[in-house]
Amino acid sequence: MFKNKNQPSGVDTVENAKSEPDKDQPWKELGLKQDEYESIKEILNRRPTSSELAMYSVMWSEHCSYKSSKIYLRQFGEKVTPDMKKHLMVGMGENAGVVDIGEGLAVTFKVESHNHPSYIEPFQGAATGVGGIVRDILSMGARPVAVMDQLRFGAPQDPDTARVVHGVVDGISFYGNCLGLPNIGGETVFDKVYQGNPLVNALSIGALKHEDLQLAKATNPGDLVILFGARTGADGIGGVSVLASETFGDEGPTKRPAVQVGDPFAEKVLIECCLELFHAGVVAGIQDLGGAGISCATSELASNGGKGMKIQLKNVLLRDESLTPEEILMSESQERMCAVVPKKKLKDFEKIVNKWEVEYSVLGEVVDEDRLYIDWGHEEIVNVPPRTVAHDGPVYDRPVEYPKYQDALNADSSSKLKRAENETEAAAQLMELISSPNHADKSWITNQYDKYVMGNTALAMPDDGGMIRISEETGLGVALATDANGKYCYLDPYVGARQALAESYRNVAVTGAAPRAVTNCLNFGSPENPEVMWQFKQATAGLADACQELGIPVTGGNVSFYNQTGETAIYPTPVVGVLGVIDDVARRVPSGWQDDGNNIYLLGTTYDELDGSAWAKDLHNHLGGRPPNVDLQKEKELASLLYGATQQGIIEAAHDVSEGGLGIAILEASLRFNVGARIWLTELMERDGVDLTAALFSESQSRVIVSVGREDDVKFQALCEARDVPVLRIGVTDKENQAVDIQGVAKLELEAIRGAWAGVLPGLY
Amino acid sequence: MRIGVITYPGTLDDRDAQRAIRLAGGTPVPLWHADDDLKKVDAVVLPGGFSYGDYLRCGAIAAKAPATKEVIKKAQQGLPVLGICNGFQVLVESHLLPGGLIRNEHQHFICRDQKLRVENNQTAWTNLFEKDEEIIIPLKNGEGGYIATDDTIKMLEEENRVVFRYLELNPNGSMNDIAGLTNERGNVVGLMPHPEHAVEPGFGPDTAVATRSGIDGLKFFQSALKALVNS
Amino acid sequence: MPKIIVEIMPKQDLLDPQGKAVANALVRGGNKDISGVRIGKRIELHFDREVTEQDIEEAKKQAKEFLSNDVIEDVVAVTVEN
Repeated sequence: MFKNKNQPSGVDTVENAKSEPDKDQPWKELGLKQDEYESIKEILNRRPTSSELAMYSVMWSEHCSYKSSKIYLRQFGEKVTPDMKKHLMVGMGENAGVVDIGEGLAVTFKVESHNHPSYIEPFQGAATGVGGIVRDILSMGARPVAVMDQLRFGAPQDPDTARVVHGVVDGISFYGNCLGLPNIGGETVFDKVYQGNPLVNALSIGALKHEDLQLAKATNPGDLVILFGARTGADGIGGVSVLASETFGDEGPTKRPAVQVGDPFAEKVLIECCLELFHAGVVAGIQDLGGAGISCATSELASNGGKGMKIQLKNVLLRDESLTPEEILMSESQERMCAVVPKKKLKDFEKIVNKWEVEYSVLGEVVDEDRLYIDWGHEEIVNVPPRTVAHDGPVYDRPVEYPKYQDALNADSSSKLKRAENETEAAAQLMELISSPNHADKSWITNQYDKYVMGNTALAMPDDGGMIRISEETGLGVALATDANGKYCYLDPYVGARQALAESYRNVAVTGAAPRAVTNCLNFGSPENPEVMWQFKQATAGLADACQELGIPVTGGNVSFYNQTGETAIYPTPVVGVLGVIDDVARRVPSGWQDDGNNIYLLGTTYDELDGSAWAKDLHNHLGGRPPNVDLQKEKELASLLYGATQQGIIEAAHDVSEGGLGIAILEASLRFNVGARIWLTELMERDGVDLTAALFSESQSRVIVSVGREDDVKFQALCEARDVPVLRIGVTDKENQAVDIQGVAKLELEAIRGAWAGVLPGLY
Repeated sequence: MRIGVITYPGTLDDRDAQRAIRLAGGTPVPLWHADDDLKKVDAVVLPGGFSYGDYLRCGAIAAKAPATKEVIKKAQQGLPVLGICNGFQVLVESHLLPGGLIRNEHQHFICRDQKLRVENNQTAWTNLFEKDEEIIIPLKNGEGGYIATDDTIKMLEEENRVVFRYLELNPNGSMNDIAGLTNERGNVVGLMPHPEHAVEPGFGPDTAVATRSGIDGLKFFQSALKALVNS
Repeated sequence: MPKIIVEIMPKQDLLDPQGKAVANALVRGGNKDISGVRIGKRIELHFDREVTEQDIEEAKKQAKEFLSNDVIEDVVAVTVEN
């Protein structure tokens, strides 16, 4: 049973690889292509050991290597001017971008997908999605301060949607609440195109002092490599079971779990422990363990630092003693971190982790060679240049093809759809839209998340953006909003991606913050489909160009390919997050009015733009034509106006006009604090030359509704004129009448609207 | 006046409670679960969170911590103790307060601005409220359903030991709409809602006047300071 | 591996929301004859040696004082698997 220490253990060693060069290896089952396998052999001058094969296969996967997207992502770096970079402390390529917000403080933020695990096991998939992004933020040296989630589910009535919705929401609630991070916003969209492939994107923000910045680098030979946190078990290694079965024969554990299980308590303790380690200055480099586990952490730390490592894999603390070396290397067990610690700091390190009762083990040390050595007992099982694993993976310029359906899709405009023939019909359509799942109250979801913890939440859902105070002394804070309209992106991925940026930029601006930086999570179908690759090419170009026009840089992001049900790809869904800075969160602006008798203004111009709209899709089940026009110069002027007006404290409420159009925006702004409004649309229809349907439902961009106290009217109008932003008074807030009275159209009682709006999700789930 | 705030592994609202004490005019003193030294504090807050991940039962493992044992001893001698959410669960598990807290009836975690009625303004933590005052305090819990035997409920009602009751909506299925309790002496109070999240304009619950402007929670901490001055 | 098994159930007369939810789901799924569900806990205490009488006594004590909360739960069994 027990093997003599010097007897070969049966694992595939470097020596074996040399002595048995022709051994058959399951590279194909591990997802490698023939030429990728050949190039591994070329790098090593021999066949890889099974451990090396495991490492390369996972690190060269689409998920870890960005091999299909890399050539397009480069433009986010190339299309950046020095001026755009002036607030950027850490840009793309690190765990997360870091943005200077002044007063010696910085924030780091990032959004990442956890789509596929969340379909297989929605609860754990979504939970570990939160856990993973939070560790990314932590590994920059920041205290995580908030989370948000961008969710896309299938058709609301489909029974499987209920399974996914319940699991995902419970998972986020379970993990995020237990971590003590306020959930301050996000998106929920239903569309049958996401039926077999929901999107679960998770975003986290962290705050740090400039001097606390940490990087994932191993630069000093002799420093110790320490793995700490949860023990390593058989999580998420379903994919390597081909290697396991080969090693074990038929007797070993046959089927390893493909999902990871999260322990938010362990992560909370790990956060506090890491922050104490950072502040004590005992860590020289740190990397979280996520996808690809130890393979990723060791190779990236070494490669980033331009050094090597010598690791004893038997030192890894295991939850399950039967794990093979390949499985240990690949395990995606959650709540683990890998630190590089100078030898003389080991005692201090031990003191802190012991205080938090966090387990750790020294795996090895940094060496002054371009080599990652991993031993299993006395046998060498990995001997590779770390860069070849972590950074020099394959890069593909995949075929791109203009979609065959595209012209017909764009030609199929919404003009043939039945418009409201009279005022009664228009009001009925508005009520139908506000009670459709995509526009109904989302508080059934958001009430399951803690938005209060930490005591710094200045704005949260249902406001347009989330806002967090960073400095308790000065009130300095940040706002964050994310957006993506898959329908627009399907109609035109270039314009759609620009619109996603424009809308999240606008959603930050309405809160009173100044937009400063961008993150993204690009959710697409299979890159092996040239038509999907065309969408990706267009969307990335659109986003990069738009960032340049708005003058705010992309700080990092994530790509998720292969989002499809069978052969049908999802709509291209580039989720774009914009971060804004506000010098005092006391100036924040909510999305609804509260005072009586304030004037309501519509900023911007309304065009007849109903293609791709909620009106077309949710009321007429139609998607075709051209997405609304995006004019970023106008967005800039609008944002600058909103910023100026909030600085002067003129604006009581501001709400972005987007999906569902002006009609939905007015209802939402009234529902926010249950304060009604009298609205008139005739002047608008006359000025912009649109009919009632377009006035209510058009999704023209660069529009915002605001409420302004009467005493500030003159000042406000002057600000609009100075910035050349079209402004029109369309109503007045009305506290007495519990109704939205759209004159000449309908008087909608707030109670009736609320009834139609609030009961939808609880009724479905 | 020095008010201690215990941090257990998994505690979340400890810094919020410290801020609330500071805003009320007191001096917050951080206390560590593994340390049985309460640093001579004049009162103690057991804050919200998921101590020990809520494993075994919410508050059960924290109830065995050295710092908690010390709190139990001192509470029996009259030390003012406030248990918020998970802290309430710890008080119940420590038998400083009767009954138990179980999974919300609707099975979901719930976070909402909750209306409460102050039923008893004679405790160390509620003496600045009017009797029957209606207040809004954020609530956020997954296991906040209060249960007890009929005899216990009867005793609590008869002895006026229900301190807060849920109004308009019972968010978790608590018996008799009970949101918070006190002990016989009135020095120990436990409740599910979070007063420390309603202490600072701009970061509290929404009110009819302005967004996030509710600060009804501040009186909890000011009450304790007043009780300490008077004692 | 020798172990002591402690089984804990929510008190019979108290609401068990988890059990209720599962019962409803089972009945909805067609199991019409299931009249109720209650969900409890099984806790295993592992030993690297034989379990003694003294261990059992200590386990019973812990089961009552720590592993369960006698306000809401009952210890229904403490058994040994050697």
